[in-house]
Amino acid sequence: MKIRIKFSKQGSMKFIGHLDIMRYFQKAMRRAEVDIRYSEGFSPHQIMSFAAPLGVGITSMGEYLDIEVLSTDTSGVMTDRLNKVMVDEIRILSYRKLDDGSKNAMSLVSAADYILNFRDGYGPEDREAFFKALEAFYDQEQILIVKQTKRGQKEMDLKPLIYCLERRGEGIFMKVSTGSTDNIKPELVMEEFYRQQQREYPPFAFQIQREEVYGRDDCGKLIPLEEFGEDIE
Amino acid sequence: MRKLALPDEILLSIQQPARYIGGEVNMCVKDPKSVAIRFAMCFPDVYEIGMSHLGIQILYDMFNRRDDTYCERVYSPWTDLDKIMREKQIPLFALESQDPIKDFDFLGITLQYEMCYTNVLQILDLSQIPLHSSDRGEGDPIVIGGGPCAYNPEPLAEFFDLFYIGEGETVYGQLLEAYKLIRSQGGSRRDFLEKAAGIPGIYVPAFYDVTYKVDGTIAGFKPNLPCAPDKVTKELVLDMDQVPYIEKPLVPFLKVTQDRLVLEIQRGCIRGCRFCQAGNVYRPLREHGLNYLKDCSERLMRTTGHEEISLSSLSSSDYTHLPELVEFLIKECSAKGINISLPSLRIDAFSLDVMSKVQDVKKSSLTFAPEAGSQRLRDVINKGLTEEVILQGAADAFRGGWNRVKLYFMLGLPTEQREDMEGIALLSEKIARLYYDTVPKDQRHGKVQIVASSSFFVPKPFTPFQWARMCTREEFLERAYIVKNKFREMKNFKSLKYNWHEADVTVLEGVLARGDRRVSAVVEAAYRNGALFDSWSEYFDNRLWEKAFEDCGVDPDFYTVRERALDEKFPWDFIDAGVSREFLEREWLLALKGQVSPNCRQKCSGCGARRFQGGVCYEDQD
Repeated sequence: MKIRIKFSKQGSMKFIGHLDIMRYFQKAMRRAEVDIRYSEGFSPHQIMSFAAPLGVGITSMGEYLDIEVLSTDTSGVMTDRLNKVMVDEIRILSYRKLDDGSKNAMSLVSAADYILNFRDGYGPEDREAFFKALEAFYDQEQILIVKQTKRGQKEMDLKPLIYCLERRGEGIFMKVSTGSTDNIKPELVMEEFYRQQQREYPPFAFQIQREEVYGRDDCGKLIPLEEFGEDIE
Repeated sequence: MRKLALPDEILLSIQQPARYIGGEVNMCVKDPKSVAIRFAMCFPDVYEIGMSHLGIQILYDMFNRRDDTYCERVYSPWTDLDKIMREKQIPLFALESQDPIKDFDFLGITLQYEMCYTNVLQILDLSQIPLHSSDRGEGDPIVIGGGPCAYNPEPLAEFFDLFYIGEGETVYGQLLEAYKLIRSQGGSRRDFLEKAAGIPGIYVPAFYDVTYKVDGTIAGFKPNLPCAPDKVTKELVLDMDQVPYIEKPLVPFLKVTQDRLVLEIQRGCIRGCRFCQAGNVYRPLREHGLNYLKDCSERLMRTTGHEEISLSSLSSSDYTHLPELVEFLIKECSAKGINISLPSLRIDAFSLDVMSKVQDVKKSSLTFAPEAGSQRLRDVINKGLTEEVILQGAADAFRGGWNRVKLYFMLGLPTEQREDMEGIALLSEKIARLYYDTVPKDQRHGKVQIVASSSFFVPKPFTPFQWARMCTREEFLERAYIVKNKFREMKNFKSLKYNWHEADVTVLEGVLARGDRRVSAVVEAAYRNGALFDSWSEYFDNRLWEKAFEDCGVDPDFYTVRERALDEKFPWDFIDAGVSREFLEREWLLALKGQVSPNCRQKCSGCGARRFQGGVCYEDQD
């Protein structure tokens, strides 16, 4: 049986890298006595895969992993059981059953939402001017950037890959293309914005938080990954 | 959000920020304001090494069971953060509360190997605690040293307020109670140290004076206060099942060196290898009961979720209930998808059977530790492993499908001759040939691979070899080349690989291992010259130490290559480690004659540990 788990990663947990989060969840499955399926062979490993790696320094309210289990309790009970063995700053938000034939989270990933807030002491002197410039940046027909690839430099247009870019309170909200093709990181968008402003991108200016990760349904509509599954009653 | 001592700008510009944030699974959380005693427990090396140490986890658990104490952890900041902390004058902090160490009541530092001594000074320095005990004031933490290197604490005597000699489970309670009492009476640091000096196992260096003879050896070592005893006897646990084992071990996020559950099955060793300090100072052997270990392993698997369990002891094969324990673990673990790792097993029919059940034969290798290349020299060191046993074990293993063998040796052992050195190559060759003789061509999985490694021998206090002369750097390397050249002559040369340790660092280890108080100045000078992480070959710089010896006017040869008389007074003689000096002397003389001694279960050799009234000495008298 396939299960999709959504979790948050807050506070100091932003310093834990993706590989370590994977190892953390493998151990957590044992502590919570989840009846997870193991691969065959001499050193069996848990059937587990993550949707989209999160960069070190970024917090999240919408991380996903898929597992396969042999048996399970209800979504409510399993969420509680997992939360009992979590550290405080990682919380299980949902535990849902997927159809047997469903694609795994990693291959579904198409977009993600981010909120960027200025770290203390990094806010712009003229906030209104900053957001106005950001709006003008997004209003451009094209946002051409030069990307370094293995075969040299490649020009690409960011504009169609940024689905939304707007002010949210004192911060910035963006919805960008994510996944194995056209994976756009929020830092890339901001670097280009600063470059066009002829200013240097301050690497520590923003505390970035991922808010949600989306896949496309059969009609091509973006829906949160957890909505591909159903609660187990 | 948990408060962190370091800002994001720093944490995001250094390697592995997870080393410095704490917050791991099973971390103890207390309100620092609610406790009377704040104890910082330190392993003076990088997080991944320190977090792999079992002893700290045991003490962390033990201290935190007390409502009046909050024990937190601190490790050496890696060189990248070290530099930033110095520039910005950020005080070193504990992982749990992220509060500065200098505000704690105690800083306990475990001394697991000599090459961490400059890191001890880094910890004190970054914590903004005066390096010298004599310079510390009422507001500074009490700095405690413990662990195996505390059996010769003298090279660090100036930097510690007190040393705890022996196993931590026994008198820490008394020490903390004494501290609380004296603090509540408004007593001073000095008052506490005087009280502590009267607690068994506690050594307060400031309360002892050393005098030297003209030749530089020790003339006298005497307490200068009535509260300090002439002899400090090591502390030990007598009934292993009466002390609590870790309830919920910390589970790090980072992949640490020992990324597994560790089950201590026994302490001490019956074998009596004459070079081995652990085998001597942890006498007598004390085992855990089978049921205790079954309960522990079940609980620890549940509370950690680790994917591997490992047994810890000096010689697991000597554990009385090993077959039952292994059978139990195999059953438990296979149901839970947990791997079993079995280090320090003697290779025989039993262990091969077990290993074939718990690991992939094709991917694993067999390990033998003959330690010396000839039977004569193995007798000198009392390593009860014969060539016959090694070859029998290897033949069985080859038939079982193994084709990789690791062999561990030492070079520079007392009485070592050219034949002994060349014996390393000859034994390796014999094992290679055995493979081709034992396994028919159509059943071989490729070539046999034999990797022989030698470390250089360092004589350690409280071993029969504490009198031994140590080789010079040049002698060590010369011996390694003799072995290397012999390997070249072997017929199966292509299946054999030989490597050896660094010689410079070994010589230094020798100085620190048998050093006296005068070596303190050298450690400090080396640290001031920039020596740090000396156990990491990429950071070890011998020139920093050479300059330190020169500037301090200390001759390293005095501590290493000098012949020691049988009646010489050693810097560590004031410690009673259980094994008597008479026993060690007897063993040293037997070694020089190439005579072996029986192990504890064969016949008692009267080492002195029997007077503790427990363990293997009383095994048949239950």
